[in-house]
Amino acid sequence: MTVVQIMALAVVALGGGAVVAVSDPLRQVLLLSIYGVALALLFFAFQAPDVALSEIVVSALGLPLIILAALRKIRQHERSQDEDSGAR
Amino acid sequence: MSRRARLGLFACAGPALAVVLVLGFRGLPAFGHYHGVYGLVVNGVELSLRHATDMVTALNFDLRAFDTLGEEFILFAAVTGVALLLRELRDESQRGSAADDGAHSFSGASDGLRGASLLLVPLIVALGVYIVLHGALTPGGGFQGGLVLAAGPLAALLAGRYLALKRLAPHAALEVLDALGAAAYALLGLGGLVFASIYVKNFLPLGIPGHLLSGGFMALNSIAVGLEVTGAFLLTWTEFLDQALLIRRRSERS
Repeated sequence: MTVVQIMALAVVALGGGAVVAVSDPLRQVLLLSIYGVALALLFFAFQAPDVALSEIVVSALGLPLIILAALRKIRQHERSQDEDSGAR
Repeated sequence: MSRRARLGLFACAGPALAVVLVLGFRGLPAFGHYHGVYGLVVNGVELSLRHATDMVTALNFDLRAFDTLGEEFILFAAVTGVALLLRELRDESQRGSAADDGAHSFSGASDGLRGASLLLVPLIVALGVYIVLHGALTPGGGFQGGLVLAAGPLAALLAGRYLALKRLAPHAALEVLDALGAAAYALLGLGGLVFASIYVKNFLPLGIPGHLLSGGFMALNSIAVGLEVTGAFLLTWTEFLDQALLIRRRSERS
């Protein structure tokens, strides 16, 4: 195992722990995105460049985007409910 | 369950899992020391019999092309489900027309960022097309290239121009792309039935290994999957972004 592979494994282990440890969903999404890039580097270091390519798009871009959109929708909903209860 | 009880449960389960994992991993062969037979057979067969230099693509789009058919329709069904769940409901309405295009730009998107995103869209699309077409030669193929292709129009979102993204990739076109890709893959399989009398069997000349047009019908399968994945992922993203940015319940508008 080379130094690059060991470093990639360490970064992924740290990143995975960090994603779980953070409790605020918005920060979690941003961390998840960075974690996705780290995972892509890991796949690249372990000679799977095709998996790394799809991992970059899915995990660093696609999944965070979907969660961000869902978070925004939830906040809109909460805000409109607050306004409804405030009007009464 | 109280915090204490949860920590107690973890104190028991955590070490047990660690022991099982360590024991399991000790039995694995070291990285790069493959002991199976199937992989060696595949490696030996694909270059000589299929004229492909990327073994993974040759496996996905030729030797086990029937599996890929199933995987493709899993993606198709999943995206259909997303589109169905996130449709516009009766008490919702969609705002956003060409008139308030500017309303969706971030206040923070500078001219530089906007210019960069304009440059990024064609570059990412070009990379995606390259990866799809060179599936049989270099790492990549329909799925990976399709994902990169789907990410191209998203660069418009980086500049805060969601409606420009919608114009670049209209909803109806994405649905057609998704369906067309899935159908094309199934039809290519039928081509095998007609010309080689076995479903999803190669029926095209294999070409010279290392050339762009080599590997028989792998390149066509790769293009079909690429189209489907592009349509599927962009459709999913725009469905979610539509919900977040454009669709409101009627009562929320006043």
